[in-house]
Amino acid sequence: MISRKLLATAVGGLGVVLLLADPASAQTPTVQAAAPAPNKGDTAWMLVSTALVLMMSVPGLALFYGGLVRTKNMLSVLSQVFAIVCLAGLLWVFFGYSLAFTGGGELNAFVGGLSKTFLRGVTPESTVATFSNGVVIPEYVYICFQMTFAMITPALIVGAFAERMKFSALMLFITLWVTLIYLPIAHMVWYWAGPDAIADAARAVAAATDDAARTVAQAKLDDVTADAGLIYRWGALDFAGGTVVHINAGIAGLVGCLLIGKRVGYGRDLLAPHSLTMTMIGASLLWVGWFGFNAGSNLEANGTTALAMINTFVATMAAALAWLFVEWAAKGKPSLLGMLSGAVSGLVAVTPASGFAGPMGSIVLGLVAGAVCFVFVSSVKNAFHYDDSLDVFGIHCIGGIIGALATGILVNPALGGVGVPDYATKPGELTVAAYAFGPAVWAQAKAVLLTLAWSGIGSAILYKVVDLVVGLRVTVEEEREGLDLADHGERAYSY
Amino acid sequence: MKIVMAVIKPFKLEEVRDALTSLGVHGLTVTEVKGYGRQKGHTEIYRGAEYAVSFLPKIKIEVAVAADVAPQVVDAVASAARTGQIGDGKIFVSPIERALRIRTGETDRDAL
Repeated sequence: MISRKLLATAVGGLGVVLLLADPASAQTPTVQAAAPAPNKGDTAWMLVSTALVLMMSVPGLALFYGGLVRTKNMLSVLSQVFAIVCLAGLLWVFFGYSLAFTGGGELNAFVGGLSKTFLRGVTPESTVATFSNGVVIPEYVYICFQMTFAMITPALIVGAFAERMKFSALMLFITLWVTLIYLPIAHMVWYWAGPDAIADAARAVAAATDDAARTVAQAKLDDVTADAGLIYRWGALDFAGGTVVHINAGIAGLVGCLLIGKRVGYGRDLLAPHSLTMTMIGASLLWVGWFGFNAGSNLEANGTTALAMINTFVATMAAALAWLFVEWAAKGKPSLLGMLSGAVSGLVAVTPASGFAGPMGSIVLGLVAGAVCFVFVSSVKNAFHYDDSLDVFGIHCIGGIIGALATGILVNPALGGVGVPDYATKPGELTVAAYAFGPAVWAQAKAVLLTLAWSGIGSAILYKVVDLVVGLRVTVEEEREGLDLADHGERAYSY
Repeated sequence: MKIVMAVIKPFKLEEVRDALTSLGVHGLTVTEVKGYGRQKGHTEIYRGAEYAVSFLPKIKIEVAVAADVAPQVVDAVASAARTGQIGDGKIFVSPIERALRIRTGETDRDAL
């Protein structure tokens, strides 16, 4: 008994020493009390979530997209997704994690710093904050978990210009895009000082004995609260990445497909999916993996995690059926592709709301997302004649926008939501701030607009640069032959 | 010697094969093809994209027969393949210049 207490104190003390040894890490709290140690259940869950999100990319997204293209391009889709996963992961551990999740000094509103490039200073004992006071998880798990997000986001984009983008151009574009578009948005939306840093500063204010001390303590609390990305400071809520992942990739996809142009034979030739069987396998893996994506974004295993799980169930089911029935009524037949697309649009929409909305609110969200995304993918796309091959804009961008805005509505406790989190009023405890519809939805809208602008304009510039350096598109002959042979010298199928 | 080439509906293949066997014709070549004559195709819808698919799956049978039995073979294939619905297919007869059985070297009539 005595030795276990000693061990706990030693570990806690070691944690304190390690935390204090890295002054640039604003993620971990400056301590009064002994630093908390990770809970094995939380850690185990986060390890599993990380693997689930990787599975979403490979093979989930790879097969989902792959089945939707023609036989001659299947291997190219698989290769592009797999390569992006590996590339983004390396960028992440070299400098991505640091630029997203550390303090950025003067530029902290937009991007982090270089204090953790090459994961300097991170050890198996390092921990990071969660959304609960006094709860931490090992930093390596957090690095890996966030890495899988940095992998899948760029991989989503390839659907927009499938069947015509050069592999070399894609590799160059993704390197630039992850660095200049993804990392800043991830930092702006998700970087903050953590609940314990806020609690400590708030406690200091409460404990201040006179006005002078209170002013100093309040300034410190203001600093800690302001030590966050710009969009976070606006009060925008994004539980698992509606803005960071879906709107971001979605608008980048739209811009890409507009700049690269339509596929040869678009509107004339048969460009139908070659294997909806593969697409169904991919969509199913995406759904299962999405529990890691949404529920894992709680960074620990508790009731909110379970809330994110149930939201990820119900919104998906509602959206799948919404699309199915709308399409049945509009086009005459209920299609599998429609159902799968609806499910994915529901998953996308519930992503930012998953830890904030109540289940019934998520069902409504799913119904809306399924129906609206259907309209975008059929009517709007055809009206504007753009060749977003795999509907990255119609599903991810539009679904993400619906979800992001809805988060500001559904977080309202009156609608079953959990309420806007407040870590300062009762330091050490998570309480619920007063909900106001206008400010809440406006904060979400600002987040959406900034993401659209940053990613839309930024991606356009990057596409142009890559086009000048390497050329974005394969030749017409290569496109007719198929990217499998043209870019990779291989066939997906040998019959 | 004649080569009888018939494009028929895929589900009629076994019936046609049985009809040919009962006539003493023991070899044939079958290919999966696509085509249309007067039969309309169908529409496939994938998300927003509608495709009018006019090519329908068919089976092409080719069988080499002696010239004197060719008319009977044509009649047998036709009645076996007929459903009465549009899309039943067509039969063409062409002359063969030479035939050879690869294993034995037998030629012409002996090769059929």
